Amino acid sequence: MDAPLIELTDVTKSFGPVSVLKGVSLTAFPGRVTALVGDNGAGKSTLIKGLAGVQPYDGGEVRFAGEPVVLHTPREASRLGIEVVYQDLALCDNLDIVQNMFLGREETSFGTFDEGEMERQASETLRSLSVRTVKSVRQKVSSLSGGQRQTVAIARSVLKSARVVILDEPTAALGVAQTEQVLSLVRRLADSGVAVIMISHNLIDVFAVADHINVLYLGQMVASVETSKTTSDDVVGYITGSKTYVGASE
Amino acid sequence: MSSTITPELRTDDLIGSGQEGTIADQVRAYLQRLRGGEMGALPAIAGFVVLSILFSVLSPFFLTERNFANLLTQAATLVMLAMALVFVILLGEIDLSAGVTSGVAVSLFVVLSNPGGLNMNWILALLVSLVSGVLIGLFIGFFVARVGIPSFVVTLGLFLGFQGLQLIIIGSGGLYRIQQPEILAIQNSNLPVWGGWVMLAVMLLISLGTSVLDRRRRTRAGVLNRTISLMWIRLGVIAVVGGFIVNLLNQNRGTGFLAVSGVPIVVPITLTILWLGTVVLDRTKFGRYIYAIGGNAEAARRGGIKVIGIKWAAFAVCSTLAVVSGVFSASKVGSVDAAFGRDIVLSGVAAAVVGGVSLFGGRGRLIHGAVGALVIAVITNGLGLLNLPGGVNFLVTGGVLILAATVDAVSRVRAGGALTRR
Repeated sequence: MDAPLIELTDVTKSFGPVSVLKGVSLTAFPGRVTALVGDNGAGKSTLIKGLAGVQPYDGGEVRFAGEPVVLHTPREASRLGIEVVYQDLALCDNLDIVQNMFLGREETSFGTFDEGEMERQASETLRSLSVRTVKSVRQKVSSLSGGQRQTVAIARSVLKSARVVILDEPTAALGVAQTEQVLSLVRRLADSGVAVIMISHNLIDVFAVADHINVLYLGQMVASVETSKTTSDDVVGYITGSKTYVGASE
Repeated sequence: MSSTITPELRTDDLIGSGQEGTIADQVRAYLQRLRGGEMGALPAIAGFVVLSILFSVLSPFFLTERNFANLLTQAATLVMLAMALVFVILLGEIDLSAGVTSGVAVSLFVVLSNPGGLNMNWILALLVSLVSGVLIGLFIGFFVARVGIPSFVVTLGLFLGFQGLQLIIIGSGGLYRIQQPEILAIQNSNLPVWGGWVMLAVMLLISLGTSVLDRRRRTRAGVLNRTISLMWIRLGVIAVVGGFIVNLLNQNRGTGFLAVSGVPIVVPITLTILWLGTVVLDRTKFGRYIYAIGGNAEAARRGGIKVIGIKWAAFAVCSTLAVVSGVFSASKVGSVDAAFGRDIVLSGVAAAVVGGVSLFGGRGRLIHGAVGALVIAVITNGLGLLNLPGGVNFLVTGGVLILAATVDAVSRVRAGGALTRR
């Protein structure tokens, strides 16, 4: 296995007297899908916001490709190639796919847009992810289905050579067929060498696509296990706190 | 096109961009967009044509060179105001004070420049007036973008307050005559006959140049271009329609011994601002971010866009263009009093909506505002020729506004319930 790309060691975060992360450790490897599961309030979002630089951690160590880094702003995270696809996707309905993928980082020459260049890069990115559900890159996002929107949001995150992509509930609002599409996209994303961290409530999805499962319970990482070495029942037990993880040895 | 279901597409298949195919394909794609609810200015253009035909049947004076030139100069103020408002309406905001802003700025201009007033150089006074527009826009932007008060409330407050400011600047019961020949010339003088043709030639050259540059950029990037015949059709339409209008305006429309002919000077000024504004909205980051904020402000913010700054700037642009519309109005009316600009702003909003600009933000173009204003102007002009009582004008204009909004809403519902989402 390659060296880990992201290593969190004992990170903590409190909001006033409430301690949300009580020394959490997490590793993510390039080419692998690392799932992060846990009940509401377990600290998943807080953990992710720290990685994204939105809400810096209070303590602990963050290593990126072996080097200690500080993530205080989204810009710092994005400079390292850490991208987050939030659950509400943050797309503009009134703009087309290319315009959404380049929003905030448009290619210009002589002060005006280089639409051809943006169109080519967008098309190539979608192609590299083997996306074939989109008919035209100039379609307005309002005309896309939920799965296609998720696809555009993911493609947007990898447009500028992302190395870590964090997906927050990528299948939450999708139907069966579209969930299938998005999960296979997540798999291809990892296969292309990106370290994928996926938050999900849906254990079926997690077992379908993740290589490794991490379980947060009340601000602590109570289990970190290879998908192939556990069962859905066990993971449910870790999530609800009714079971204790014992097999740290691999 | 026969088999739509291919089990395994090759991974190197290019994703389309809607640029490929023959003219027939392009026309079909356009019709599909129309059915999908992206009607743009089409209903407004249709409305303009229908109303024009109606009025030319009802009144022998409507379809005369004189009335056509008259229509353009009557419309100019509203066209410019609607274009100004488009900048903030695209954000999903509103500027109810645009009219009184123009009133304050133009009052400032007359008081500064008139011989009876401070007798300042008129160019300097005009600059002061435009800068006051920028400052008023920044003032509104501060409260809307920075403090976070709804623009409806802020500009309603200014709508009331600026009427008082204007009264103070002008003096109660005061009325200033516009005395600068240059200002009066905007609406009352015309280009020489050759000037109209030069204007049309410049328009064609700009259109051709932009198309050629765009095509070259796309070719360099390695993506498909639309079939070139579309470009020639577009140029042909501009040449024919523009040629017809310029020729019409170049006929003698004087009633007395003096010959009056040529394109009114306000037309090239308006077209220039329309072109510049369209370039900004369609091709620069500032314009794109206005659309993005209007579509989904949170997405824009996460994309790293400085939402506050963009809003601020858009309000400044709106107020400044509103001042330009005030200058057009002063030139047409020939005088400025304390009520100048008070009544026009809602017509400006109506014009934008009639033209196809969405009040929810994010949808619409500058030219939509201009076309919508022409529709409203043609109603006023036509009904005026029919000698109907003044009340009818308001009734018809209001009816057209609601009709336009209905067409927009129905087309969007049919396109897939975008109405419910927003």
